[in-house]
Amino acid sequence: MPSAGTPTAAPRRGGRRMRPSRLLFVLITVGLPMVLYLGLVIWPFLQAIYYSLTNWGGFSSSMDFIGLDNYKAIFSDDVFMKALRNNVILAILVPLVTVVLSFVLATMVTVGGSTTGAVRGLKGSSIYRVVSFFPYTIPAIVIGLIWAQMYDPSKGIVNGLLTHLPFGLGDRFNSFAWLGETATAMPASIFVIVWGFVGFYMVLFVAAIKGIPAELYDAARIDGAGRLRTMFSVTLPMIRETVQTAYIYLGVLALDAFVYMAALNPTGGPDNSTLVMSQDLFKTAFSQGQYGRASAMGVVLAAVTLLFAALVFGVNRLLGGKSDK
Amino acid sequence: MSAVPTKTPQPGAMPQEKGKRDRGELGILISSHIVLIAWSLIVVLPLLWTVFSSAKTTGEIFSGPFTMPHDIIGTLKDNFSSAWNDSHLGRYLLNTVIVVGIALALVMALGSMCAYTLARFPFPGSRAIYYLILAGNTFPIFLAIVPLFFVLKNVGLLNSLPGLILTYVAFAFPFTVFFLYPFFRALPAEIGEAAELDGAGDWRTFVQVMLPMARPGIAAVAIFNFLGLWNQFLLPVALNTNEKNYVLSQGMANFASSAGYEVNFGALFAGVVITVIPVLIVYIIFQRQLQGSLSAGTIK
Repeated sequence: MPSAGTPTAAPRRGGRRMRPSRLLFVLITVGLPMVLYLGLVIWPFLQAIYYSLTNWGGFSSSMDFIGLDNYKAIFSDDVFMKALRNNVILAILVPLVTVVLSFVLATMVTVGGSTTGAVRGLKGSSIYRVVSFFPYTIPAIVIGLIWAQMYDPSKGIVNGLLTHLPFGLGDRFNSFAWLGETATAMPASIFVIVWGFVGFYMVLFVAAIKGIPAELYDAARIDGAGRLRTMFSVTLPMIRETVQTAYIYLGVLALDAFVYMAALNPTGGPDNSTLVMSQDLFKTAFSQGQYGRASAMGVVLAAVTLLFAALVFGVNRLLGGKSDK
Repeated sequence: MSAVPTKTPQPGAMPQEKGKRDRGELGILISSHIVLIAWSLIVVLPLLWTVFSSAKTTGEIFSGPFTMPHDIIGTLKDNFSSAWNDSHLGRYLLNTVIVVGIALALVMALGSMCAYTLARFPFPGSRAIYYLILAGNTFPIFLAIVPLFFVLKNVGLLNSLPGLILTYVAFAFPFTVFFLYPFFRALPAEIGEAAELDGAGDWRTFVQVMLPMARPGIAAVAIFNFLGLWNQFLLPVALNTNEKNYVLSQGMANFASSAGYEVNFGALFAGVVITVIPVLIVYIIFQRQLQGSLSAGTIK
């Protein structure tokens, strides 16, 4: 394909004939990283699918093809099914709560100011953005550690504050184990994840809202739209793609959730109420050495993740979003 | 991705407010501030409490969340030296700086090279490669973790810093290409062709002409990659189990997993402060640029 001896041919973009030096450039710039990428990312992905069809225990040499037995086993395993359910709950609630909260905060920051005249931000709003973003700079494991201490029944600040509620309301929180009760362990864990991401998505939404032409707001105002109406009819549709991206990223994160759950309730919480698939997978692989079965769990996790992304795309399109981009 | 200039907000530069704001306006203004202040408090309180608790002995921590520390300076010293030395956070910090530093430099170099070539010199199969890279962005790392363990084991890189670095590079690579590709696509091809006519080779055109023009994108990706790698937890926990080679997130997880009565809680809080403060300070210094990059990333 490389045709030597056509130096006069103008180098065209997308041309099929490349000078040897250009060919070398392309080979190195694409080939070098791709070797690493194929070896450490794509190859393991493919292997995982194969492993999931075997009874591999890891260190023994026997790796027998057992078809879908691993999948049958994990789908009839109550613990894994519970973890799957917990992941689904997370994938529904974490993106929803985070996106709604950060959208509301972003709207307040950007269009919360006066409605007379041009759209302007709230006074002093940059401090809110800077502060809200703090958690994003903290490693997830540390966020988990901080909140595990915050939620501690006796020495945590959450109960420390709540026990001071008036009218005897506070008594309920005396030594209340937020992460130790089946009813509260999951909501408390969800709050921690939301806490870690609201600031980031708020800043992202603020950036997107600032990209909306001011005339649209003026027009909406002249037409007599109130704030709520403007929020739903102007702001939200205009940043639809950003919301979709946020939703997918948060969903993928919630389907993983490994770090947070490992920090808050390393063993899965009371009655496995906060156990997630990733924790089950990690234990199955690295404590029990059942690599074939763990790989099957990985495949299920990946399938659920893809399904979630497809669902978000589908819903967005149904609601009238653009399909391009 | 167009070069839409992103307005940096200028809080002080608001025009004179008209005095004719009616009461409803004022109400919304005030309630906006109240909600935003409330959320800011929810964000800041845990951090302040952590710093406060790092000045308490374990005994004082057990006696209640608001117990005042009696010997602030002495306890701070004890807690931080315990976290730094006994819990080896000093060494883990050094490991983290080495791993994240090298991996970041490598992935930025490899990722921008690859994104540039894919965007500017399409060749048969380049589209397929691009989609293969996108696919890597979509699948969870958990799918790969078991085989990855054995791949590294087989090449003798398991539990070693070089192994961890290469893995970090490989997993940060798809995001880097995905994010930089549109930046390089948006650069006018004429500029590259002009550089060629002036006699610059492909490498020189790339490094001296195109790379500087994609700087906003590169800065943004570098920041995200830094945070992502700094926070990385699963890869080191699964692939780097030699305690000597631990990174910071693993060292902190040690506190969590050894949860029990022998935990030095004062040192735990000190460890959190050690982990959080450096990045937080860097963030506060660079927050304006960072928010600018975020805007650059969203306005495509």
